[in-house]
Amino acid sequence: MGDLTVSIHNLKLKNPVLTASGTFGYGLEYDDFMDVSLLGGIVVKGTTIHPRQGNDYPRMAETASGMLNSVGLQNKGAKYFATDIYPNLLKYDTNILVNVSGSTIEEYIACAEIINELDHIPGIELNISCPNVKEGGMAFGTSCASIEAVVSAVRKVYHKTMVVKLSPNVTDIGELARSAEASGADSLSLINTLMAMAIDAERRKPILSTITGGLSGPAVKPIALRQVWEVAKSVKVPIIGMGGIMNATDAIEFFLAGASAIQVGTANYLDPMITLKIIDGIDDYLNRHKFSSINDIIGGLQV
Amino acid sequence: MRKTVQHLKVIANLRLNDDHHILVLQSADKLEQIHPGQFANLLVENSSTVFLRRPFSIYSVDYAQNTISIYIKIIGEGTRALSKAVVGSEIDTMFPLGNKFTLPTEKEKVLLVGGGSGVASLKSLAQSLHEKSNEVAILIGARSSKDLVELDEFSKYGTVYTTTEDGTQGVKGYVTNHPVLELELSTFQRVYSCGPEPMMKAVAKKAKEKSIFCELSLENTMACGFGVCLCCITTTIDGHKCVCTEGPVFNINILKWEI
Repeated sequence: MGDLTVSIHNLKLKNPVLTASGTFGYGLEYDDFMDVSLLGGIVVKGTTIHPRQGNDYPRMAETASGMLNSVGLQNKGAKYFATDIYPNLLKYDTNILVNVSGSTIEEYIACAEIINELDHIPGIELNISCPNVKEGGMAFGTSCASIEAVVSAVRKVYHKTMVVKLSPNVTDIGELARSAEASGADSLSLINTLMAMAIDAERRKPILSTITGGLSGPAVKPIALRQVWEVAKSVKVPIIGMGGIMNATDAIEFFLAGASAIQVGTANYLDPMITLKIIDGIDDYLNRHKFSSINDIIGGLQV
Repeated sequence: MRKTVQHLKVIANLRLNDDHHILVLQSADKLEQIHPGQFANLLVENSSTVFLRRPFSIYSVDYAQNTISIYIKIIGEGTRALSKAVVGSEIDTMFPLGNKFTLPTEKEKVLLVGGGSGVASLKSLAQSLHEKSNEVAILIGARSSKDLVELDEFSKYGTVYTTTEDGTQGVKGYVTNHPVLELELSTFQRVYSCGPEPMMKAVAKKAKEKSIFCELSLENTMACGFGVCLCCITTTIDGHKCVCTEGPVFNINILKWEI
């Protein structure tokens, strides 16, 4: 067995496989299927300071090799998370990160402050890239000025590992990545979903209640790989890559492009145990290619 | 039974007519209790157009054979591919999912109203109700007589009434035109329904008017089936609820439907 351990800032991951926010609930939903503690980490559902109902139904459209969603950050708020959900997560022996979002900088700060008090949450993923909310979300992640404003503001109140999740819906992701790094991000994760839409030709109507939504699944992987590669060339902080990872080979591609860890998202819906298969597959790859450590292939793309 | 993902073996693929099939799927493990109303999420493999699993009601369970059967009406590429499953092959199946119908604790007179493929969720319910000595009536609506299948199965558990939109069998029109709903509804203590949303709304409206206990099984589109994608929500008096985990069965008093 190769060495699968990686570090993301202060986080020591037993393996480089995490789950993407919004696709893994709080981990508890997977207890019937798998031992969540075998993962390198989990990123729990997007959390905001105030409870959010999310968008109206329909929120999902199946597309070629992927799907659109427009959930809109439905969650019961940071206080509910801290009091009602967090205690149930203490049983897990893995890194639990909370995906933090907001409509205003003040909301991001308030949410991060609550999460900062939770001893067994070693980090947050700052979501400045949700495409499905009217205010905040992606709006913060598409200009250098707004990234600097929100990331540096949260940095002042959040003292553990802060990952910043970037949007792919931008013209120069390298430049935005550098802004996030300069503003205090300890790590960058990418990509969030791509703004997209689906149309019902028979009814001449959009399929989603919100008209547009976020595209995920294998359809987005080539875009994600390109953006991870660009960001890896632009910053020094470790990168967590994601976007359409369905199997271990996909994951390896992200490591080669420069990611130090990966997140699995949409694939969890099809196979709730896929993350464990990906961990095994990464180990097989290392053995097959005679690498002793996952760190030997990070950024190892030969160009 | 806790949720599981298994490769179930296709031991029968019964073709009822051009677009209705029943797949009988066998587990290598002993099946624990599966409740009426629960569903399974089947993976469609090797399809270039179908990405997500397809949810189906669990039509019946045979604990002696460790099989579940799935009633499939062909409506798109996913159902078409599954309808061609070959005996001996395996289908990657996530089950059992969702909550369950609430059964009466004492003997009652109950009405089941199914429309289209919605009947699939009602057979195991009819069976359970019948086994507990309830007086069961089953009203099934379809477009045409060719869409009315498995009536013999349902008639084992109660009196079967039918409607067809083209009048080829039973009462012509919708289920709501049938006398059992139009005139006799107040003789029932409980109504269960599954089918197209306009039909369920009409049934719910009639039940509500007469203050009769009524549960519906919803069929919202979903990506996961186990409560993480939050895509299949329905609006209730307690906010958005996931049809896959907090449903698919909902009491009409919980749903915030305009009826």
